[in-house]
Amino acid sequence: MELNLPIYLDNNATTPMDPRVLDAMIPYFTEKFGNAASRNHSFGWVAEEAVDYAREQVAKLIGADPKEIIFTSGATEADNLAIKGIYEMYASKGDHIITCTTEHKAVLDTCKHIETIGGHVTYLPVQADGLVDLADLEKAITPKTILIAIMYGNNETGVIQPIREISQIARKHGVLFFTDGTQAVGKVPVDVNADGIDLMAFSAHKMYGPKGVGALYVRRKNPRVKVTSQMDGGGHERGMRSGTLNVPAIVGFGKACELCMNEMEAESKRLSKLRDKLEQGLLVLEEAYVNGTPEHRLPHTANISFKYVEGEGLMMGFNKNIALSSGSACTSASLEPSYVLKALGLGDDLAHSSLRFGLGRFTTEEQVDYTIAAVKETVLKLREMSPLWEMFQEGIDLDKIEWAHH
Amino acid sequence: MAYSDKVIDHYANPKNVGTLDKSKNNVGTGLVGAPECGDVMRLQIEVDEVSGVIRDAKFKTFGCGSAIASSSLATEWLKGKTVDQAMAIDNMDIVEELNLPPVKIHCSVLAEDAIKAAINDYRVKNGLPELVEEKKAH
Repeated sequence: MELNLPIYLDNNATTPMDPRVLDAMIPYFTEKFGNAASRNHSFGWVAEEAVDYAREQVAKLIGADPKEIIFTSGATEADNLAIKGIYEMYASKGDHIITCTTEHKAVLDTCKHIETIGGHVTYLPVQADGLVDLADLEKAITPKTILIAIMYGNNETGVIQPIREISQIARKHGVLFFTDGTQAVGKVPVDVNADGIDLMAFSAHKMYGPKGVGALYVRRKNPRVKVTSQMDGGGHERGMRSGTLNVPAIVGFGKACELCMNEMEAESKRLSKLRDKLEQGLLVLEEAYVNGTPEHRLPHTANISFKYVEGEGLMMGFNKNIALSSGSACTSASLEPSYVLKALGLGDDLAHSSLRFGLGRFTTEEQVDYTIAAVKETVLKLREMSPLWEMFQEGIDLDKIEWAHH
Repeated sequence: MAYSDKVIDHYANPKNVGTLDKSKNNVGTGLVGAPECGDVMRLQIEVDEVSGVIRDAKFKTFGCGSAIASSSLATEWLKGKTVDQAMAIDNMDIVEELNLPPVKIHCSVLAEDAIKAAINDYRVKNGLPELVEEKKAH
């Protein structure tokens, strides 16, 4: 097979839309343009039927009932709706939420907002492998705790949290369990009943669907969960999320879920094989380390630190041909490296030296081979011009140097 | 954020990467930045004892493309200048030459700091007082 350039290895940021998804969407922009809430004519019925079908496709992927799917504009909105909606709905039961430090900003910043309006939040640390400590989690539960919000798979490291164990703890204490499943749904088997999930946010554009659409799963039985709407208006989505439904995007989301459902098993095997090849190919370099536990990980993600070279400088060596992302913060104005990697106990220096590889449906083995060669070559080249590498080679302990922090 | 052609060129073909013998009296070494901040520059000058002209300059940099380009450019500019002339290199000259965006100005400041640190190291080695300048914000 021939090599296609440029290579896209940033599938944790977003995925290209599958052409089959686009085909399903197209009629709903033009001839089937109706408002799914128009109950009195065929244009509305056609749109409603399409949404109903998509809702079934989405529900099926996660083992839910279609009535438990609330369509939103994406995972960020679903995260907000879950956390703020539970906080408001269950105010009489308590005001304490437990989350963890490696969550996506959509969860962390929503929790910070909860604190500004009088709520209490515990941010659990993670262990060096990226996993939350279950004993810590259980200890953090108080009689006021109403929600545990722990993500399924991490966007930077791919680490998969012990979801079933977490949900058991939540059940035992009568606390609701919300998980941000954005990176996991469609990539690994997620079953809301087997996993004991009460609420889950996920998004279409991380699974080869369109941007601008996502969903919140809200359990209807054992227990029946309700969230206070954060968007008021026409009472769409059983009153939990008003706003005219984005029919073409929802149709695409449904199709994307169906494709993942059918292809996940073979695809996750293919991707984990490619990911392992990539990782093994790069770990032959000295002083290269995988971040996050390799045992519990999404099949398509690898996060590797190449000590003594800086991530952005590294990417510049091949960014004409390879697109990926780094835990280095040099691209942002904050100059702070990845908080997720720091939460795993990595020093800022190692966080600055990290690259995230996010493989996807359209990644080929030829592209992986090319990437291994290009990254290796650039790491070696940059180490030749790295004063830190020279010091390391001379046996100088970099921690003992008094650096001029700026 | 796209890099300027000059930054790309310095990154792809860095000038004067290397190490000078820091035990020599006429070699000044400046090591600035910190690994935790994502950039460390080491800049060295070798001064002709008779003329006071910088006859060689080398660098090694851990950092982004702009940091590498700033130090590479600095070594180019240093060669052939007297120590006093080198002292006058301003970070904004580097910003202008490399067309650095605002978020990368700190790379040029670091390069200026590295030049001054190298010069001061050379001065101290040769019994001259350190030159103290106001620190620029990074």
